[in-house]
Amino acid sequence: MRIRVRSLSTLLTVGALTATLAACGSSGSSDAGATEDRTTLTVVTHDSWAVPDDVLAAFTEQSGITVKVQPQGDAGQLTNKLVLTKDSPLADGVYGIDNTFGSRAVDEGVLAAYDADLPASAEQLRLPGGEDRLTPVDYSDVCVNVDDSWFEKEGKQPPTDLDDLTDPAYEGLFVTPGATTSSPGLAFLLATVAAKGADWPDYWQALVDNGAKVTSGWSDAYEVDFTAGGGGGDRPIVLSYSSSPPFTVPEGGTEPTTSALLDTCFRQVEYAGVLAGAENPEGMQEFIDFMLGREFQQALPDTMYVYPVDADVALPEAWAEFAPAAEEPLAVEPADLDANREKWLREWRDIVTQ
Amino acid sequence: MARHRHAVATALLAALPLAALALFFVYPVAGMVGRGFVPDGRFEPGAVLEVLTRPRVHRVLWFTLWSATAGTLLSLVLGLPTAYALHRLRFPGRDLLRAVVVVPFVLPTVVVGVAFRQLIASSGPLGGLGLDGSAVAIVAALAFFNVSVVVRTVGTFWESMDPRREEAAAALGATPWQVLRTVTLPALRPGVVSAASVVFLFCSTAFGVVLTMGGLRYANVETEIYLLTTQELDLTAAAALSVLQLLVVTGLLVLAARVRRSPPTARTARPLPRPRWTHAPVLLWTALTLVLLLAPLASLVAASLRRGEDWGLQNYRALATTGADNALLVPVTEALVTSLEIALVAASLALLLGTVVAYLVSRPGGGRPRQLLDGVFMLPLGVSAVTVGFGFLVTLDRPPLDLRSSALLVPVAQAMVALPLVVRTVAPVLRSVDDRQRQAAASLGAGPLRVLATVDVPAAWRALLAAAGFGFAVSLGEFGATSFLARDDDPTLPVVIYRLIGRPGAENFGMAMAASVVLAATTTAVMLAVQRLRGGSVGVL
Repeated sequence: MRIRVRSLSTLLTVGALTATLAACGSSGSSDAGATEDRTTLTVVTHDSWAVPDDVLAAFTEQSGITVKVQPQGDAGQLTNKLVLTKDSPLADGVYGIDNTFGSRAVDEGVLAAYDADLPASAEQLRLPGGEDRLTPVDYSDVCVNVDDSWFEKEGKQPPTDLDDLTDPAYEGLFVTPGATTSSPGLAFLLATVAAKGADWPDYWQALVDNGAKVTSGWSDAYEVDFTAGGGGGDRPIVLSYSSSPPFTVPEGGTEPTTSALLDTCFRQVEYAGVLAGAENPEGMQEFIDFMLGREFQQALPDTMYVYPVDADVALPEAWAEFAPAAEEPLAVEPADLDANREKWLREWRDIVTQ
Repeated sequence: MARHRHAVATALLAALPLAALALFFVYPVAGMVGRGFVPDGRFEPGAVLEVLTRPRVHRVLWFTLWSATAGTLLSLVLGLPTAYALHRLRFPGRDLLRAVVVVPFVLPTVVVGVAFRQLIASSGPLGGLGLDGSAVAIVAALAFFNVSVVVRTVGTFWESMDPRREEAAAALGATPWQVLRTVTLPALRPGVVSAASVVFLFCSTAFGVVLTMGGLRYANVETEIYLLTTQELDLTAAAALSVLQLLVVTGLLVLAARVRRSPPTARTARPLPRPRWTHAPVLLWTALTLVLLLAPLASLVAASLRRGEDWGLQNYRALATTGADNALLVPVTEALVTSLEIALVAASLALLLGTVVAYLVSRPGGGRPRQLLDGVFMLPLGVSAVTVGFGFLVTLDRPPLDLRSSALLVPVAQAMVALPLVVRTVAPVLRSVDDRQRQAAASLGAGPLRVLATVDVPAAWRALLAAAGFGFAVSLGEFGATSFLARDDDPTLPVVIYRLIGRPGAENFGMAMAASVVLAATTTAVMLAVQRLRGGSVGVL
């Protein structure tokens, strides 16, 4: 009798678990069962997605489609997750694959074709070889930043280009996030590859010999080591973005205390695309068109710190004044990048971590 | 016949946690490792073996082993005396200290990394030591996170240990050192081994700490798997390292299970002594440990009260907003509520499953199957979170088990993280119950449930409450699995903090620091509440 009581309670708990699992299953399959559902759209993005709700609400109002956003790591992680799950796609569309990983996504067949109507200024930002798969939405310039107020106080001239960073005058002053662990870090490695060609390993060796510090992520470099960051560090040269200086305008001040070196920039272009095997490809196409529209483009600088691809969209005042984009950013051919990405990263790691 | 029924009942009971483990751990990991072994539809074990011959893999493995060993030893050296002071002595403020000790364990690594680095970077107050980017900094940070595990698991065990044997030894003329060596430490062994094995697993699979503190100069197996999977998409190499990790961890668990066996000790509930002057060394050591734990927290609090050059509460006031230029989609306050809700579900799940496992593995006898069960539930700690996370994506992706978009996924994943801690907190206490008490109760006519209610529960309820609080705290601070699975509409507090710290501007940085202090304060409050609950009920017993 007692045994029966115990078995009964056991059965009940097992039953409860089964019910829980069934509940999970059904909530999952409600997505799968939504094949006919054209009113919801799932979009995977990188972690920096920060588009305000009212912008998305405007899209819903105009199209009747509700957008569900799922951040999936940085651009590299996002791309690789899509490659791994291409037989059973995570979502209908993607936003946030950039030109450092774009060719991988295209070559792996992750994306379906969609040829969006681009603003004229966005034509040159298309991904060569992936023109019909990925639509450029925004871009940012990863550049070396300097703390001008620090250099003024020390009575020194700040550096102006990549070569200066290996000059003994700037020994121990530079900090950058690593190429293997951060998107801007990878962009900077590519900037040096673009500038120095096959000699880039020598350049990096010289950087390391000149006391360059490599941290794991952007926040570590900027907020701990950079003199103008939140933590008040002791290195006045940092790798960041051309859009960083406006954030260093002191309270009550009118000018930033830092500036970006525009000859050191690598341009990161971010794309959107329809996923192959999506349940609602038309919805994603509509959303991509919306992303190229004025309202979305206008929200980009303030929320995600990037430039809109539509040059006719006005930048925020502080950006127009203190955050100009680079005129001639450094660039690497996508085919070259795709063929060498892992090799370069491995070589880079050997130089920096020895 | 009764024995047979008993075995069936046990098997049924074990089925519940085993099913959860199979579904949320074994299946996803197997799916991910399988992809590495079968890269293009063909089984290629040779390629996996080739990976293991790479010199870099050897370096990575060596660093993992020695940094985890050093981190574990340092955690024990700092944690054991602290466990004694906080769990065997009675003094004012003890409950608060017990609660504070848990805080480091639940803070997001990225925040601790920044707080730590602000101390040891060359511009920081400890900059002169030259620790920044060194292996010493990694080991120190590992200990910072894990001292709380030692204090919690060993402390809970120590608290319920019968002091009469020590008193008897002392009365017979043993010096305090002899008592410690011949009575206390042997009796304490199961608790210490339990704690050490958990800490070792945490240290050897540390991810954020190694990335942030090591400045990329050092890599352990966990960071290597992360890079191979998320950056290079080299699944074969990642699978090779995952399998290696699994083998090493299994070996260690077998070893730990051997050492953990111990004779049962009877227990009594009686008031703890107040400190005497003989306790001075222990108290000093505890004070030193607390200073080491509090220094990074103090640096965090200082940063939260500052914006640029101005000091004040502006960062805290901003927590109800979405940050500078809408850095966040929901305010920090809302994320806190989400975190609390999820933690409640996760802690309940972990407690339910963990108690069942602890109950089963602590029954006397049972031999090999029970030992196996015990070890199996430790494995999730020893496998890369990246492998598990990606495994979720590639295995649980089809009806009827398409869990990728289920709201339950985050609490379930957090429960899997907290589960081994629950088992390790409850099992040693249950195991040290003298089985003769159960037999006596049974011979007096008590049924199995009655025995459970009158013998096991009174012995273990402190540990159960401790485990519940710990599970709740772990879930509050969990970031790895959560960031992997969380959806954007309901981010948890650690996810929000991570977002804030990754954005430019003094306001966002200040808010990240203030939000971290709120997380720390919430954890302390939860642990204090658990403490009160345990304290309040002592009188009833």
